[in-house]
Amino acid sequence: MQTHHAKRVEIIIEAPMEGRLTRALVKAGVTGFTVLPVLGGSGRSGEWSREGQVGRAGGMVAVVCLIRPDRLDGLLEAAFAVVDRHIGVVSVTDCEILRAERF
Amino acid sequence: MDGLLDLALANLTSPAILCFALGLAAALARSDLSVPEAAAKALSLYLLFAIGFKGGTGVAAHGLDARLVGALLAGVALSAAIPLVAFAYLRAISRLDQTDAAAVAAHYGSISIVTFVAGTTTVQAAGMLAEPYMVAVAAAMEAPAILTALWLAHRGRGPGPGDEGGTSLMREVILNGSIVLLVGAFAIGWITGADGLARIDSFIVAPFQGVLCLFLLDMGLVAGRGLRGSRGAVTAPLVLFGLTMPLVGAGLGLGAGLLVGLSPGGVALMMVLAASASYIAVPAAMRVALPDANPAIYLTLSLGVTFPFNLTLGLPLYLAVAATVTGP
Repeated sequence: MQTHHAKRVEIIIEAPMEGRLTRALVKAGVTGFTVLPVLGGSGRSGEWSREGQVGRAGGMVAVVCLIRPDRLDGLLEAAFAVVDRHIGVVSVTDCEILRAERF
Repeated sequence: MDGLLDLALANLTSPAILCFALGLAAALARSDLSVPEAAAKALSLYLLFAIGFKGGTGVAAHGLDARLVGALLAGVALSAAIPLVAFAYLRAISRLDQTDAAAVAAHYGSISIVTFVAGTTTVQAAGMLAEPYMVAVAAAMEAPAILTALWLAHRGRGPGPGDEGGTSLMREVILNGSIVLLVGAFAIGWITGADGLARIDSFIVAPFQGVLCLFLLDMGLVAGRGLRGSRGAVTAPLVLFGLTMPLVGAGLGLGAGLLVGLSPGGVALMMVLAASASYIAVPAAMRVALPDANPAIYLTLSLGVTFPFNLTLGLPLYLAVAATVTGP
């Protein structure tokens, strides 16, 4: 099976910022992303869990984008402008994808 | 005095408060008891719909009076003014910086709808009458505090590079799902009146107390987890603030309620609203608008200190004061 190099960008960010981040990604030309719920975790800001939370303030979401390597810088600049001062993690990993024309 | 003690005892031994205590104790003991996020949201949707709908049918039955406008204006004024008092109080007794103090102040100007629901239940259980439109006053008090807090946070230095304010944030706050459902259910209850209530009362009246119990169990769990995980962010002066600021707010609410001429139950609910601190709408707004403010401080204070205080001791105290001041 033919596969192609791509970058997988995973941004874990506070749930109230989700809409701002995804709008910034779309504005930067990112055509596809997936938003995943995050159950809980722990970091510099302490432990947190989505269990029982009624509001969104205490929750986090993961936004995952698979993009061509040449588009990475544009995506990171757009994402960083939103997430810079917020709690969260941004990671980039190499991956292989099928159907490169879709990315 | 006996009346106050009886009221306090009845409140502390009610199923709803005991469920809250169970949740709090379970979380502090590190039990794996939990309420899934979706279930917690469903319970809160039910409570908001039921309280809004019943408020609307109450207005349909009793009609509007001029005090509605006065109560709304008083609520907005309280919400805008309480953060000023809270901010000055915090800066005087703690070492919180301007941003953290403003973020905490926003929570105390806004309201806790669950405390209001519990207050309504307590008012009814005590046989006091309250204006049904107090639900609308609760909705009106959600947002003004945020504007005041943003002004306090940016005063003298302007917004930081990542701070956000303005219309998009206020739009999110005003169109927050809780407020939309509360006001929407209020409008539906008002439009459909007693006939509408008769059709769905088996859904929104009889199960109400049981759902409130489960919701408060979840609130106890969330509060307990918050207290456990606050990692020393909340110091003794801040705990003192969390226990005394509700009394200051209740005092302002008492004055506003009397000024407007509300009934004893209405005055009690105005005190409850002014004493309560938000933990749903405002924390989300603060994460967007003031990302440098420490959420461990404002969430722990609001949900871990003030909410339990209001629920256990505050409610009977406010009811007793309202009954005494407005009594014959």
